[in-house]
Amino acid sequence: MSYKILIADDEPNIVISLEFLMKKEGFQVAIANDGEEALAKVDSFKPDLLLLDVMMPRKSGFEVCEALRADPARAGLRIVMLTAKGRQTEVAKGLALGADAYITKPFSTKDLVAKVKSMLESA
Amino acid sequence: MTSSWFVAFLATAYLGVLFAIARYGDARADAGKSVITANVYALSLAVYCTSWTFFGSVGRATSGGLSFLTIYLGPTLMILAVSVIVKMIRISKSLRITSIADFVASRYGKSQLLAGLVTVIAVVGVVPYIALQLKAISASLDVLFPMSAEASEPWWRDSTFAIAAVLAVFTILFGTRHLDATERHEGMVAAIAFDSVVKLAAFVMVGLFVTFGLFDGFPDLFQRAAANPDVAGLLELDSTRAGTWASLILVSGLAILFLPRQFQIMVVENVDEGHLRRAVWLFPLYLLLINLFVLPVAIGGLLHFGGREVNPDTFVLTLPLSQGAEGLAMLTFLGGLSAATGMVIVETIALSTMVCNDLVMPWLLRSQWHNLAEKKDLSHILLGIRRGAIALVLLLGYVYFRAAGEAYALVGIGLISFAAVAQFAPAIFGGMYWKAGTRRGAVSGLLAGFLVWLYTLLLPSFAKSGWISRDFMDAGLFGWPWLKAQALFGLGGMDDITHCLFWSLFANLGLFVGVSLLSRPNAVEASQAERFVDIFRLDPRAADSRLWRGKASVEALVGLLERFLGPGRAHQQLAAYAARHRVADWRKLSADAQFVHFAETQLAGAIGSASARVMVGSVVEEETLGLDEVLDILDEASQVRAYSRELERKSKELEAATAELRQANDRLLELDRLKDDFISTVTHELRTPLTSIRALSEMLHDDPKLELADRTRFLGIIVTEAERLTRLINQILDLAKLESGQAEWTTGEVDIAEVVRESVDSLEQLFRDKQVAISTELPEEGSAVVLADRDRLVQVMINLLSNAVKFVPGETGRVEVTVKADGGQVRVEVADNGPGLSPGESELIFEKFRQGGNTLTDKPQGTGLGLPISRQIVEYFGGRLWVESRPGQGATFVFTVPLPTNT
Amino acid sequence: MKRSSPTRQRLAALALFGIPLLTYPLLALPEGRTGGVPNVFLYLFGVWGVLIALAAWVAETPSK
Repeated sequence: MSYKILIADDEPNIVISLEFLMKKEGFQVAIANDGEEALAKVDSFKPDLLLLDVMMPRKSGFEVCEALRADPARAGLRIVMLTAKGRQTEVAKGLALGADAYITKPFSTKDLVAKVKSMLESA
Repeated sequence: MTSSWFVAFLATAYLGVLFAIARYGDARADAGKSVITANVYALSLAVYCTSWTFFGSVGRATSGGLSFLTIYLGPTLMILAVSVIVKMIRISKSLRITSIADFVASRYGKSQLLAGLVTVIAVVGVVPYIALQLKAISASLDVLFPMSAEASEPWWRDSTFAIAAVLAVFTILFGTRHLDATERHEGMVAAIAFDSVVKLAAFVMVGLFVTFGLFDGFPDLFQRAAANPDVAGLLELDSTRAGTWASLILVSGLAILFLPRQFQIMVVENVDEGHLRRAVWLFPLYLLLINLFVLPVAIGGLLHFGGREVNPDTFVLTLPLSQGAEGLAMLTFLGGLSAATGMVIVETIALSTMVCNDLVMPWLLRSQWHNLAEKKDLSHILLGIRRGAIALVLLLGYVYFRAAGEAYALVGIGLISFAAVAQFAPAIFGGMYWKAGTRRGAVSGLLAGFLVWLYTLLLPSFAKSGWISRDFMDAGLFGWPWLKAQALFGLGGMDDITHCLFWSLFANLGLFVGVSLLSRPNAVEASQAERFVDIFRLDPRAADSRLWRGKASVEALVGLLERFLGPGRAHQQLAAYAARHRVADWRKLSADAQFVHFAETQLAGAIGSASARVMVGSVVEEETLGLDEVLDILDEASQVRAYSRELERKSKELEAATAELRQANDRLLELDRLKDDFISTVTHELRTPLTSIRALSEMLHDDPKLELADRTRFLGIIVTEAERLTRLINQILDLAKLESGQAEWTTGEVDIAEVVRESVDSLEQLFRDKQVAISTELPEEGSAVVLADRDRLVQVMINLLSNAVKFVPGETGRVEVTVKADGGQVRVEVADNGPGLSPGESELIFEKFRQGGNTLTDKPQGTGLGLPISRQIVEYFGGRLWVESRPGQGATFVFTVPLPTNT
Repeated sequence: MKRSSPTRQRLAALALFGIPLLTYPLLALPEGRTGGVPNVFLYLFGVWGVLIALAAWVAETPSK
């Protein structure tokens, strides 16, 4: 079976590149353009992994992560946070909120794909 | 006629009431609930008003008109010198000083000689004054019972003696009630305050009775007085007596501080310095009220009795009696009685303390010490001596009264007493404010002043009474005319009081200052001078420990305290001292310098500072410090004080500097945080396009078999994002230059209409692509010329126009540009029909990286820096940039640029 | 350390004002009568009363 991946980011060009990458690896992909849409798509699309941007309108990535982790039914969901803010405090904050991995933009496509694969397989 | 038994009963009842009040006051004091309030304190000061006031003022007014007022104006002015009084109180509290003699002696090295001298002056000066009170009571009884006046009774049936005896018992009961001789007499003070109320009420009643009963108020009384040639003179002041007027104010002002009873009430009995706040006006008000009716009563008496032989001193009694107002006469009698008893009680207590501590004790300690030393508890003997002294003082007063009778030596004694105690002024004021005053200076000054007083005032009063020859007055001592008692060195033409004051204070002050300057103080004097003068600045304990060196044992000192204070009181004080020094048991105290000082101070409260020093000296081995050593220590202490003051100032400055630093630091931290935020935001903005560029490039690179359509799409995105990145970097640099003031400006005359036209032209393609209509409304050429940088203004215009075109809908979009020049400025409006802005957004969009239109659709392509940059530019030229908008109704961006003033 | 309080200084100033007002030569100024009452009587008690009122005001007003 193929894994389902939800991409939540508000930058259209980044979404385009992520979507292309994931599809190429054979995953099913859905897109959300802001925080609230991301939560809704988690419910409807039931992804195995969420690529979550921090700076998004309507609900930040941190808020989304916190909301998802408060729900025990979604304990199996992997969350990978993406941020263009490289500060150490933000990394710590994201991990503390329950993210499984934290990747800073700009990222290496190979590293990202490898990380996503390993996380899905270890589950 | 009122029966003598009734009067005796009344007097006894009155004394009984006083007794009860005093008992109550003492009981409350024992329970720790003092009855001494500010009002009680102020009223008790009115012990100043004796029977000499109550009866004598009227008498003085019948001969001298308003001049009696000086006796009350002086104290009114003097009590306003509160800082002097507070200083006296503070010194006395700190050193447990219990009398004026002790005050002087303590200041000048705890000198027994000086204490004795002051005591002698006080006794000689004041005992006749006590006699005057007895005479007043006697005279008022004579008025009530005219028959007995003529009969010369033997002394044991003399009512005055009975009264003196009763007063002695009363004074003993309340002045020496405690075995401990150091405590204040709160019960007595309360009784004195009550006395003051009674005498004021009685006098005011008589005044009202005369002014509004016998006469028709003040105008009537004064008019009838003016019509009577014998009396009319009293209504005007005699300006030839200007000097007398001034000297009486001076002498009475000094008396309010230095009469032993005033010192006792004002300083020794003071429980709270704050009470002076009330006393400073309530006491003068009391004086004013009790004097208001003096002149009316005097005039009333003179007019009423005409030429008849009535002693004016008794007008307050005889006027009511002549109208049959016996009730009022009784009240007046009580008023006079209260005035006399109050004075006698306090004065006697004060004098007996001085006699006991400063005359009897030194003699006793010298001659009988070995016998006394065997006694375990001397406090009873001490009290016995004090009681004996009270009886003695009153007996002296009585003897003087019997001897003097109606003689001038008694009638004039009030002011003579005042002049005597005025001699304390140089030594006391000098001692409180001048460190160089020495014991020798004080002794010389006091002695000289006292002798001059004796020669120019007291002896003449004896001579005028016919007791001694008048030769020394009329011809001068030894027949030398320049020694005429009341015209020394030929100085005549003034009244006797002024003459005496002038010469006695001249000699006193001159010798005090002169001898002080020529003599050197001993070690004790020097340290006491420091304590007195610097009482407000000095922690009295600071220098104590260094000013005493020697060996002492706790047992010996405790033994002394037990003997003189009584074991109970001594242990109580020791326990309090131990508690202050955080020692659980006073038996474990160490006999250090502080303890020795404590013991001496406690003893001083009981037996005076001079005797206390002798006693302490007898049980400790004191190492004598030389004067130089003491002065060194004191200098050092004052240097330490100066240092600590300096330190205090420095530490305050430091605190202020620290606070400033902290503020600066807070500002820096805030700036730092802002900068950090800015950098973080810039990083984010730069990384976002980079992310797309890198991801897409890697994908193109890694996958050569990518479809052409994807390849083209990705390359397009990469180009767009690269452009975005370039734009961003340019704008960030631009803004950084603007903000740091490093931007380059080419300022010249710029026609804004032209700027608008050019900007619109350059964006024509953009508008056409999105099918947005643009219209301009421009003023005529040359009317909107400002001083600015042309390219920068174009930058602003293009920014505003491209913002507008970005937010208006395609096809129906409309942008209008209006330029107006009026009111000293050019106003440019760029109005669109886009979605508009909420009030919150209207400010937000001018912040860096805050982009408008939080749209659900495309992320706007701007950098979020255009408006902040535009605002910087407009403000640089002295204008403003803002937006007027409401959601749904489009937005109008407005900027202004001022027109040059000299066009 | 205790510095002289403003209240005490004001009271002392009051005394310094009072001295010339209550002595000669100023005392020689009030002459004649007002409504039968000698002006010097009114003057002395008036100045005295005003001094007392001012002292009360100064002393009973809490300083700072």
